[in-house]
Amino acid sequence: MPIGSVPAKYKVTIDSDLCMLCERCIENCPYGTFRREGNKILAFSRACTGCHRCVAMCPRDAISLEEKPVDYRSHPVWSREAREAIYTQAQSGKIVLTGMGNALDVPPIFDRLLLDACQVTNPSIDPLREPMELRTYIGKKPRRIDIRQTPDGDTDLVTELAPNLKCETPIMIGHMSYGAISLNAQLSLARGAVAAGTFMGTGEGGLHQSLYPYQNNMIVQIASGRFGVDIDYLERGAAIEIKIGQGAKPGIGGHLPGEKVDESVSKTRMIPPHSDAISPAPHHDIYSIEDLSQLVRSLKEATEWKKPVFVKIAAVHNVAAIAAGIARSSADAVVIDGFRGGTGTAPRVFRDHVGIPIEAAVAAVDAKLTEQGIRNEVSVIASGGIRDSADVTKAIALGADAVYIGTAALISLGCRVCGHCYRGLCPWGIATQREDLTARLDPDVMHQNVSNLIHGWTLEISELMGAAGINSIESLRGNRDRLRGYMLDENLLSVLDVKTVGAGA
Amino acid sequence: MDGTAIREALSTMDERGNGEGAGFAVYGAFPEFADYYAVHVFYDDLIGPKTAVEEELEKLGTVAHDEEIPTYEQAGLKKRHIPWRYFFQPNVSALGTTASEEDILVYLMKKVNTTIPGALIYSTGKNIGVFKAAGWPEDVADFYRIQDYEGYLWLSHNRYPTNTAGWWGGAHPFNLLDWTVVHNGEITSYGTNKRYLESFGYVCTMHTDTEVVAYLTDLLRRQHSLPTELAFKALAPPFWDDIDRMPERERALDTALRMTYSPAMMNGPFAIVVANSEGMVGITDRIKLRPLVAAEAGDRLYLSSEEAAIRVVEPSPDRVWMPRAGEPVIGRVW
Repeated sequence: MPIGSVPAKYKVTIDSDLCMLCERCIENCPYGTFRREGNKILAFSRACTGCHRCVAMCPRDAISLEEKPVDYRSHPVWSREAREAIYTQAQSGKIVLTGMGNALDVPPIFDRLLLDACQVTNPSIDPLREPMELRTYIGKKPRRIDIRQTPDGDTDLVTELAPNLKCETPIMIGHMSYGAISLNAQLSLARGAVAAGTFMGTGEGGLHQSLYPYQNNMIVQIASGRFGVDIDYLERGAAIEIKIGQGAKPGIGGHLPGEKVDESVSKTRMIPPHSDAISPAPHHDIYSIEDLSQLVRSLKEATEWKKPVFVKIAAVHNVAAIAAGIARSSADAVVIDGFRGGTGTAPRVFRDHVGIPIEAAVAAVDAKLTEQGIRNEVSVIASGGIRDSADVTKAIALGADAVYIGTAALISLGCRVCGHCYRGLCPWGIATQREDLTARLDPDVMHQNVSNLIHGWTLEISELMGAAGINSIESLRGNRDRLRGYMLDENLLSVLDVKTVGAGA
Repeated sequence: MDGTAIREALSTMDERGNGEGAGFAVYGAFPEFADYYAVHVFYDDLIGPKTAVEEELEKLGTVAHDEEIPTYEQAGLKKRHIPWRYFFQPNVSALGTTASEEDILVYLMKKVNTTIPGALIYSTGKNIGVFKAAGWPEDVADFYRIQDYEGYLWLSHNRYPTNTAGWWGGAHPFNLLDWTVVHNGEITSYGTNKRYLESFGYVCTMHTDTEVVAYLTDLLRRQHSLPTELAFKALAPPFWDDIDRMPERERALDTALRMTYSPAMMNGPFAIVVANSEGMVGITDRIKLRPLVAAEAGDRLYLSSEEAAIRVVEPSPDRVWMPRAGEPVIGRVW
């Protein structure tokens, strides 16, 4: 039974007084929104995804975009999204797919946490005049160090340190695979990471050989599909990450459609061209914590214990105990991905309804590891919805060593969070493999955007630390005293271990 | 040394306080009970809390002697508490678990301070006397007549309280077993240090950032057996830029020390002096946001916020110097 069409999401209009008929909009929109008829550009609004490529490229600012020009009768329960999901499913009988992160209308906890600053009783520190240290070592630390006094009065270190990643900032770039994003996007991120003195993840898509020059700043990922994994891949990475789950879709696997698997993606992933790359929900060699522990050790044996091994899990209800189990294996770092984490594709129902926010997850993990006396022996990396330097600072004060950014890094490349990544037509050349589109993203230029972003946030974190009278990032980590909760309920304050605004020392 | 000189020294720095907290500590104060833990308690009254504390003491060991700490009315000082001291020998089997004498004392202190209203244990060291109250230094000194006490190592402190104004328990020095601390500053890393200590089983009960200094020192020196120099280097480590420029061997050690003990690093402005029966150490934060002056005269070491205070006691020291930021000055008892 046909339902007819649902209202268009956007209305595109072109001011013909301003338009000079350059047709850049037609060239730039891969969704076919624009066409020329005589001396006029016409827009088919229904095709628009709100990606802003046309708006950004129009030399005359002639294009305007209106969201929800025709809306439904307003109703507190039956939102537009709820109704449209039903129309879609009534026709398809399938799972509703979405792109990007959680779109649920609840305020991020980060926005309800406030940072501290010094006044009178202690001086704030000026980062322009005093050293400010953000260097962060990611990896296992010994519980204590042992030394030996030599007969000539010197002190020798007896303890042998496990390999750590040395980051000049607590901001790293998370895992986005070649396949999900373009090679040019990965190259821009990789070169940006190198320039910023930090690291980026490969995702589960192998390591293309054009990234080899940046391999010392890359963390290679092993996920349930094991795509692109061989000994050469493991040995090239600065660290290895086992991905168990992802915040955008905890508990399920991944699916790269065959359309995105061109010749080059196929070689890098080590799968036949144009075949769907399906990562199973679990790793079929990890059905328990002891299996994970074995895989961690196997990877370490394979790489002669020279690489830190991270384990990434989605923030789920029992995240603290799971993280403690991981910390008790030989793993060097636990990555926690909160329910706002981004993705190329996820079922809507998972993206919006499974998992917990990163703020609560990090606080709970930090508390559990502290209670078990092993917090300082393992690193905690937080990810999922980190939008700015304030979020980074708050995540660290809640107990993270460092963060992964994903969506924010893509936004620095032009991404407008339109949420249509799964269609493979990304007009910004990010989430696509179509050559004419990926050519729009020039790594020689765009890597600068990535390093600029990380540099800018790093400067802001320095200023926030200086204002709080702290000159080393270590003294911010887990420092809940420098946070206050604003309009948070008592239970959440107790999970976060943060006092309310107005409460003194 | 008796307490006459330290009273004069501290009084020269009256304007660093506001008359709401001062204190003194002396090592070697009780030679006749040197082997007993000198448990110092502030009682709000002598009715309920004292009986409750004494019941605990009886459960956990033997009291060889106890007395009210002699005090003398001062016009400028209101006696809010009754200070009492017990010379106590803990019974290590009292709890039924594996415990050392120190564990029993820590248990006692936590039990009393968290469950008995009107009683506060503020010192537990062997042969260490602690004298503190809300008042100006000279009033507190005269209130306890500290000139009547003698010892080989003195600490004193004049306070300008902001957080716990007028609370006797908030006055320095702070003592935990053999460790005594005086502190000028505000530790901005308190939350981080506290969590780190909790992961080793320490419980912070005194509502003050100063107590983490005592616990951190205890952890690094006693539990992890780090030599004094390294323990204090962990608390105020060199900057990474400086570590990176060190010769190989030193760099390896300093890198490992900083990576391993990063949550023990103390941030924010501070000058502290930490003492135990074997000596004392003075140190400031890594960019010296609070003053510290050191002087030597014969076999004596002086540490102070101001040189003037040292010269009251020792008009012509052999050497006076300003320790560099984060560089510990270590004095050992011979």
